[in-house]
Order: sequence, then structure tokens, then C-alpha cells
Amino acid sequence: MLEIKNLRASVDNNEILKGIDLSIRAGEVHAIMGPNGSGKSTLAQVLAGREAFAVTAGAVTYQGRDLLAMPPEERAREGIFLAFQYPVEIPGVSNLYFVRTALNTIRKQQGLEELDAMDFLALAKEKMKLLGIDETLMGRPVNEGFSGGEKKRNEILQMLVLEPKLAILDETDSGLDIDAVRIVADGVNALRSAERAILVVTHYQRLLNYIIPDHVHVLYNGRLVKSGDKNLALELEEKGYSWLEQGAAA
Amino acid sequence: MKETMISDSSMQAGRGRSQAPAVERELKPPGTRPESAVEEFVAQDYKYGFYTEVEQEVIPPGLNEDIIRLISSKKGEAKFMLDWRLKSYRRWLTMEEPSWQNVHYLPIDYQKIIYYAAPKPKAPGPASLEEVDPEIIRTFEKLGIPLEEQKRLAGVAVDAVFDSVSVATTFKEKLAELGIIFCSFSEAVQQHPELVEKYLGSVVPHSDNFFAALNSAVFSDGSFCYIPKGVRCPMELSTYFRINARDTGQFERTLIIAEVGSYVSYLVGCTAPMRDSNQLHAAVVELIALDHAQIKYSTIQNWYPGDKQGRGGIYNFVTKRGKCLGAHSKISWTQVETGSAITWKYPGCILQGDHSIGEFYSVALTNNYQQADTGTKMIHIGRNTRSTIVSKGISAGHGQNTYRGLVKILKGATGARNYSQCDSLLLGDKCGAHTFPYLEVKNSSSTVEHEASTSKIGEDQIFYCRQRGLSNEDAVSMIVNGFCRQVFKELPMEFAVEAHKLLGVSLEGSVG
Ligand SMILES: Nc1ncnc2c1ncn2[C@@H]1O[C@H](COP(=O)(O)OP(=O)(O)OP(=O)(O)O)[C@@H](O)[C@H]1O
Ligand SMILES: [Mg+2]
Repeated sequence: MLEIKNLRASVDNNEILKGIDLSIRAGEVHAIMGPNGSGKSTLAQVLAGREAFAVTAGAVTYQGRDLLAMPPEERAREGIFLAFQYPVEIPGVSNLYFVRTALNTIRKQQGLEELDAMDFLALAKEKMKLLGIDETLMGRPVNEGFSGGEKKRNEILQMLVLEPKLAILDETDSGLDIDAVRIVADGVNALRSAERAILVVTHYQRLLNYIIPDHVHVLYNGRLVKSGDKNLALELEEKGYSWLEQGAAA
Repeated sequence: MKETMISDSSMQAGRGRSQAPAVERELKPPGTRPESAVEEFVAQDYKYGFYTEVEQEVIPPGLNEDIIRLISSKKGEAKFMLDWRLKSYRRWLTMEEPSWQNVHYLPIDYQKIIYYAAPKPKAPGPASLEEVDPEIIRTFEKLGIPLEEQKRLAGVAVDAVFDSVSVATTFKEKLAELGIIFCSFSEAVQQHPELVEKYLGSVVPHSDNFFAALNSAVFSDGSFCYIPKGVRCPMELSTYFRINARDTGQFERTLIIAEVGSYVSYLVGCTAPMRDSNQLHAAVVELIALDHAQIKYSTIQNWYPGDKQGRGGIYNFVTKRGKCLGAHSKISWTQVETGSAITWKYPGCILQGDHSIGEFYSVALTNNYQQADTGTKMIHIGRNTRSTIVSKGISAGHGQNTYRGLVKILKGATGARNYSQCDSLLLGDKCGAHTFPYLEVKNSSSTVEHEASTSKIGEDQIFYCRQRGLSNEDAVSMIVNGFCRQVFKELPMEFAVEAHKLLGVSLEGSVG
């Protein structure tokens, strides 16, 4: 589904991604771990099409298409969803209206009929219940004044409504209380299917107890320095990242 | 407006400080130019720029007492009107065109303007709809304003003004059953001279300012509205102004009187053809609210803004003022200003009655080379008077947007309160936003609050929207609409939808 080859990206002439190779097939769940500043969010945003990052080398194919040639909205309409590490506030725009507009844009692309306000509300309510989200959040402006945890849940709510083919979750578990981590994991697992793939960026092995990954990768200083199965996460939890330093420097 | 200025904060995009909206940022991409997204978005075309071929009755250009007499006689006016016009004209001759405003334009040659242009009537006397030139009816239809009552939105009555004259007023009879007078200004001068004589110039005196004096001398038509005691007007009243003829100025006048305990909501819309030359629109609006009366006045101003190089467009220099004459009366101004090459106006309220309330909600958008210097004046005279000001300025392209507002609290205005909020949003780095709040407080028991902010549209906000599948333009339109929400929610339903669309259209192409 997603094929990343020797991807290099920089911002302001600082190279942040220094040659990433990664292949994700439909049905798989991949986890990326790594120290602060290693480039995890950069990778997530480059995949979503943030123009602030200049791709200097490499190629990315998504469902057989050249992903890097697609503008961000087209990637989104083709099923790529990014749950932001820091969701953005949009004052004055109701959350409900925002998510409905997003959904209808995507449905339109797929040749489906747009959902009217009533049908959408029913759908949103169902997902909110699943995630234990207070209904009043939907009437409020997008992320404005939301608590950290509410913002993260709101990202997952959008994900469940938009039903992406490739979901990228950037530290969605950070800042969530223990129950919320569980709920978010349930949300992600609900989405898991043979046609979809999920890429989770996390610092905590804990999340991976709930969302069992097929592959775990370590991103260190702009490179994927180690890959393994779910046990790698346990090993990292125990040993930290410093033992990987040699490999990374090479 | 030469009052003491207590604070002045101006900001030019590209230099000076910019406060980003309160969003957490992980990534601060220095290489991004949100304005590139914005540029593409702001390059849309004006959709109402067509011209209608109609048989015109036009008087020669130029201004002198004979021209004024000619206008007055064409309208068959009583002597009091002619006297008032002449008095205004003589006053105007002694006045100087103001220059304190933060807008720039070449000098206007008042002798080159045509002061009266009207579609030729098929028959003398007040025309019924059957007698109106079908081209004109089609024009309004094209603008989304059908004049046949059965085609109208049931809840809105319209007075349609084409160049210098009112061509049709809908639902007049139905409103008359409630004692409501809704007609063209010319008709009011004929049919209700006592009301006109009593209130004309009572809020905006003929000597008020240069353009008001000019308007008082030459105004040709406009709308008149009278709501009798205790009547709640059951439908929205509206006037739609269309400038069509070339080289003419439009000088209309609106007078709304709300008697004790009455209520009316009034809407104005305006458009003009695309032309390379500038045209002057100098209107005067006067509102009078008696005890416990309420007037809600909403404007969607979409005059031709000029082209992308700043050629042509309307000079929209208008004086709008309401007087809360009675106790517990209330006047609310809501304006969405997206058109005109230059917009220069300060709809204000004179809060004379005790416990009266004045409100001003404004969205002003300047794109390409448009300029706006707009705001309000709230004059607190009575006790416990309250005013609220919410201004949202949006600048794109090379647009310059100035908020200028005066809050004046007189000695007797014990317990007066004002709250002002002025927010500016910049799209791109060639535009500018400026804020000039003036404050004069002569009563120590009053409370005045002022908040202001300037922000750039966030690249992170645009990206967030695009990541959810929205196009660039939809993203900007959504963010800008969100920014304006506080104002839009004050608009009557049908207008809110139109305003929403209009902002998108006016901005389209300003994003890239
Ligand atoms: N706009 C920018 N300008 C300069 N440096 C940047 C910019 N964006 C990211 N970086 C740098 O790139 C590096 C990688 O950042 P990134 O956000 O991808 O890290 P991360 O792995 O997600 O970290 P964390 O675990 O803290 O979220 C960091 O050193 C960061 O400071
Ligand atoms: Mg990160």
C-alpha cells in the first residue's frame, strides 16, 4: 500500500529525514518509536504532504501512485489520515461542520452521496459514544479551548468518521489518561481491517499492549535504525535508545 | 473625528509583529508562505459586473443650483425640499473635502459627475410592476432579486433602486394593512411630507460632513420606512441598490422611523457594473428609534471593487447614523463590506434615551487594491446606555483595512458601558491592518473595555484543513468565515448564507 524508498527531507536546509525505507502493506499495523527530535513527526507530515518540508531525495508510492506529486487534500481524499501530535485550533468553525465538510469532500471524491446534517449527526453521535466524547464538544469551534486529551480524542473521532485507508497517528496516546488510552486503542482496533493500514508513532510501549503492531521500527536521527516485531518495543522500554547509537552513527 | 486618540496600533504585514493564533506549534516551517495559499484564493472575478441596456433619462454632468432645481422639479417636490437642498448645497460649497482618513484616491471632479440618471418611465406617475422596463426586472432577477412578489422569499419586502430612482417596491399593500409605510423616498416626500420634514436631517444634519452635505443637495431617491407604534414588522424590509449608468454618482437617502414599541429588521444590498473609471456613491442613512423601539439594520455591500490592478471600482463614502431617541430603544448595525474600491463609513448610534443600546458588528474585507476605513461612533448621552462594537477586518492582496471607532461618553451618561473588540486577519504579506480607537469619557461612572488583535492566517490551520480533504480555497474560506462568525450570527438567516458565500467569492484566488 505504501512504499517509501530512500526518503530524505529537510527544512531550512537542515536535513531531518536522512534516507528512510519502509514498506507497509494493507492490513498491517506499524509502530514507529524513537527519541525526541528524531524525525517521527516530520515523517508523518511529509507523508501527509506538508509543504514546509522539502523532499530532497527518494520516492513514495501509495496504492501504486506517486504520493509526493499529490497535494495534501488529494492524499486525504485518497484515504490518508494524519492524527496530529498537536491538533490545530480553528476559531469560529464548529467542529461538527468541519468534520462533515471533510467527510463530504471525501465522499464526493468516491462518488458517494453527501451526508446531510441530520444523517451526519447520527453518525457522529455513534462514534462519540464509542470514544466517550462529550457531545457538546461537537458544537464548539474546532479544538478551541479543548483540553489536551479532548484534542486527541477529537482526532480519533475524525478518523473513525472519515474511515481512512492509511491512518497515521502521531503520538495520539501522549497526554491521555489510562482509560482514554484504552478507548483510543479500541477506536483504532475498530478500524483495523484487511484493506487498511495503520502507522502509529508513540513513545510508550503501553499503547502497543492494546494495539498490537505487526512491525516496530526505531527512528533515530533521521534514519530507521532497527526494525522488529512487538518485542522490540519491550526491549526499548527496558534499555532506552542509547544502545542503538552505534548502529545509527555508522 | 478629531477627538483625542488614546491608542493607535497599526500593523503592516511583512513587517512589525504578528501574533499567530493561539495554537500549539510543533513545527515552525520558515520556508512556508501561507500567502501563497492565500494568493490563489483571492483572484476571483466579480460576478455582478454586467451592464444593462435601458433607455435612460440623464441630465448633463455638473453641479450648480440649476441642476439642483432640475432634480427637485423632476421629482415634483414641495418647496421645503428644494429649500433644504439649496441650503445644503450652499453649505457644501463652503466645506472642504476631508483628508484625515487612511485612504488614498485621486481628486474627484464634482463637475464631471452626472447627478441624475433614471430609466425612462413608460408612463408618467408611479409605475406598477407591469410598467417597469422588463430589462430592469431581468437585471434584478439576475442579481437574485426577483421583483414579482410571488417569486420573492415570503419573508422579505424589497425596494429596488436602479441608478437614481426606485423602480419597484414589493409587498407595499400587505405592509400598509399594519400601518407600515415602506416606499421610495420620492414617494414619501409626496405622500408623507410631514414625516419627512420632521425627521429629515434630524440625525445627520445637512451640514454634518462634506459628503452628507453633497448628498443632501442632490439625493435622488432611496427608501423610506415608518413602523407605527407597537407594530412588529412581520417581514424583513430591504433595499437593493444597483448602479448601472456610466459617469453617474449614486446619492440615495434612507430614512427609517420606528415608533414607540415597534420593531423592524432592515437589509441593504448593492452591486454595480465593472468599469475602469471610479464612481462615487455618497449615501446618507438616518434611523430613529423611539421608546422601546428596535431597529436592526444589516448591509451587505458588494459594489464593484475594481480590478486586480486597482483600476475602477466604487468610492463608497456614506454617512449612516441612528438615534436612539427614546428610553430603552435599541439600534444594531451589522455590515459585511466586501465590495468598493474604497469604503469609508462609520455607522454610529446616538444613545440619547436612557437605557438605550447601540450595537455595531462589522466584517470588512479588502482584497487586491481595495481600501477600507470603517468603524463606528457610539455617543452615550443618556443614563445606563450600553454599546457593543465587534469589528473583523480581513486584508488580502494589497488591501488596506483600517478600523476607526469613537466611543464618547458624555457627562450625563451615568452608568454607561461600552465593549469593543477589533480583530484583524491578514492573508499575505502585502496587505495592511490598522486600528484607531478613539475614546472620550466625561463621566467617571462609566465602563469602557477595548480588545484588539491582529493575526495572520495560519499555515498550520490551512494544512490541517487540507489534510482533512478540503481544498486550499475551501480551507481559507472556512477559516475566514470562522473568524467572522461573531458578526455573521447577527445577520438575518438569508443574509448570513449570502455573506458566507460572498466572503469565499471575494477572497477566491488570494490563496496559492
Ligand atoms: N520548522 C522547523 N525548523 C527547524 N527545525 C525543525 C522544524 N521542524 C522540525 N524541526 C526539527 O526537526 C527535528 C525532528 O523533529 P520532529 O518533530 O520530526 O521530531 P519527533 O521525532 O516527532 O520528536 P517528538 O518525539 O518530540 O515529537 C527536530 O530537531 C526539530 O527541531
Ligand atoms: Mg513528534
